[in-house]
Amino acid sequence: MSKKITETKIEANDLCVYYGAKQALHRISIDLFEREVTAFIGPSGCGKSTFLRSINRMNDLVPTARVTGNLYIDGVDIYHSSVDVVELRKRVGMVFQKSTPFPKSIYDNVAFGPRLNGITDRTELDRIVEESLINAALFDEVKDRLDSSAMGLSGGQQQRLCIARAVAVNPSILLMDEPCSALDPISTAKVEELILELKKQYTIVIVTHNMQQAARVSEYTAFFYMGHLVEYDKTRKIFTNPSKKETEDYVTGRFG
Amino acid sequence: MEQVTTPSPAQKHSFVRKTNNIGERIIERCVKIIGGVAVVLIFLILLFVLREALPLLMGAFSQPRTAQSSVESSLSDTLNLKPEVYNPDVILSEHQAPEEFAPEVYNPDVSVPATILAEKVNTRNEADGDHITLANILGTIWQPVSTMPKFGIMPLVIGTAKTTFVAIFIGAPLGILAALYAAFFAPRRLREVIKPMVEILAGFPSVVIGFFCLLYVGSALQNLFGFDFRLNAFVGGIGLAIAVIPIVFTITEDTLSAVPKSLLEASLAMGATQWESAYKVMLPAAFPGVFAAVLLGIGRAFGETMIALMATGNAAMVSTSIGDPVRTFSATIGAEMGEVIWGSAHYSILFFLGVLLFIVSFTLNAVTELFVKERLAKKLQGG
Ligand SMILES: Nc1ncnc2c1ncn2[C@@H]1O[C@H](COP(=O)(O)OP(=O)(O)OP(=O)(O)O)[C@@H](O)[C@H]1O
Ligand SMILES: [Mg+2]
Repeated sequence: MSKKITETKIEANDLCVYYGAKQALHRISIDLFEREVTAFIGPSGCGKSTFLRSINRMNDLVPTARVTGNLYIDGVDIYHSSVDVVELRKRVGMVFQKSTPFPKSIYDNVAFGPRLNGITDRTELDRIVEESLINAALFDEVKDRLDSSAMGLSGGQQQRLCIARAVAVNPSILLMDEPCSALDPISTAKVEELILELKKQYTIVIVTHNMQQAARVSEYTAFFYMGHLVEYDKTRKIFTNPSKKETEDYVTGRFG
Repeated sequence: MEQVTTPSPAQKHSFVRKTNNIGERIIERCVKIIGGVAVVLIFLILLFVLREALPLLMGAFSQPRTAQSSVESSLSDTLNLKPEVYNPDVILSEHQAPEEFAPEVYNPDVSVPATILAEKVNTRNEADGDHITLANILGTIWQPVSTMPKFGIMPLVIGTAKTTFVAIFIGAPLGILAALYAAFFAPRRLREVIKPMVEILAGFPSVVIGFFCLLYVGSALQNLFGFDFRLNAFVGGIGLAIAVIPIVFTITEDTLSAVPKSLLEASLAMGATQWESAYKVMLPAAFPGVFAAVLLGIGRAFGETMIALMATGNAAMVSTSIGDPVRTFSATIGAEMGEVIWGSAHYSILFFLGVLLFIVSFTLNAVTELFVKERLAKKLQGG
């Protein structure tokens, strides 16, 4: 099998995150590759979300949070003072565990990001909305009711709408924090299919508690434990032949 | 959030700070400033009122008196009132003051009640039933106590509309901006102080606000805008706005904080600024509640009696200028009900005004209760 040429998209270097006095991440160093799906796994509270949220600096919103070390995206240190957080977040989309559609119409939800970027031309917006909804595998289900409220969609549809909303601004990275944990198996399958489709364009980082899901969608897997990055390797390796005892215990379900 | 400053190798990337969103930064500053100013205004009003009350309170403690408080006695000293007039509210209400004390002594602006007082002497109880016709009611002269009583409620309608509009146009935006500021821009500590303080202001006796407007706001605005009359619709509107702001603020703030924080996070994660998130996501999500806040604010401005009585000049005039004195529904009832002849036409028409007041207030509250709350629940929970 020929090895795909991969480029580093996100690079953490001795990244530590503290909430007040409590250290949530301990000197994380990791390279995440462009146009690949990387899965973060690990027991609850091990810092997966914390790491994910430091990639788009959502931790800035936590008053007690403090970050040391470096995190580079495309070689730029995103914690450098010259970085505009707002611009950064436009380049790094995020999908949350609980779907968060805005109480607006389906159309306005997807058009939200493009409008922030100053696009007002209706035909241009129409095109982006349609394209994003198609990308999120939602278009056929909602094309007749784009003007009705997004709150009327099912949970799975809402989550795909959030994905459509995130990709509408054409980010280069997509962060997903347990995007399927509130969805039924069919919706989950749709979102997973979608992730595989989206990885052609985006670098995707997904947090999941579902080992099968990690195995299905990701090329690389990082195992976190108590704020430390224990093991990071090809997903196949992590699940079949991990080099660390903790990893093996966790993926085989013997953990705890 | 501590930022680690290491030199960044490549700054060509799109998320390196751009300078082209200056307009947005200005808007954000403006919201912060206006919101901050609104909050500061609310406090200043509180301070002014307290400052004015302070000397009286101090006096009460520094000059011990046994039978009466010094407030009463000092007022009765200056106004030469009989000792049994002991309630300061009564002193301010010209109709219940003994007639030999002309209102001009302590409130030169209230000229109309003086006329009414004068006319009352001549009243021969002719106001009986037959003067109430539709034409009379829809007339433009309100002169309920005279030989030919005129019950035209037009000046009252206009007066009520003018003061209510002024109150809402000033009070609603200030209240909403202050709420936005408190909910999304103020540091947490400040927010914890602002909210209870404004709630205290909401429970402030309206007679104090009225007094404050009568004494200070009237002169200040006359100097500023050169109004012909010291007390007028605008002054009354400001007074009512002071009563409206805390209501709008409290309800709006409550609704804004009821909107799930996850929406704010989602919006910020999309690359919206704090201001854009507040304005484009949180405020629309809270719209039904904000609408309710404004409706209840209108209800308050519309029904408020004491401020309208004290700060509007109380003349039933038909005019479009907000610089002219006006008289409102509730002020009319408040001022005239006390001495109306039971069962007379005047009496009925006052009750008619009361019914109108009730209908409007009831409608506003019903709309708020039934329509708005349902909408809000729907909006946030789906359906
Ligand atoms: N806002 C916060 N303030 C204080 N501590 C926090 C905060 N957010 C997370 N933590 C702590 O940081 C640690 C890591 O939390 P994090 O949310 O990253 O875990 P996680 O791996 O995503 O867990 P889960 O799988 O349950 O989502 C936990 O101990 C948590 O209690
Ligand atoms: Mg998590």
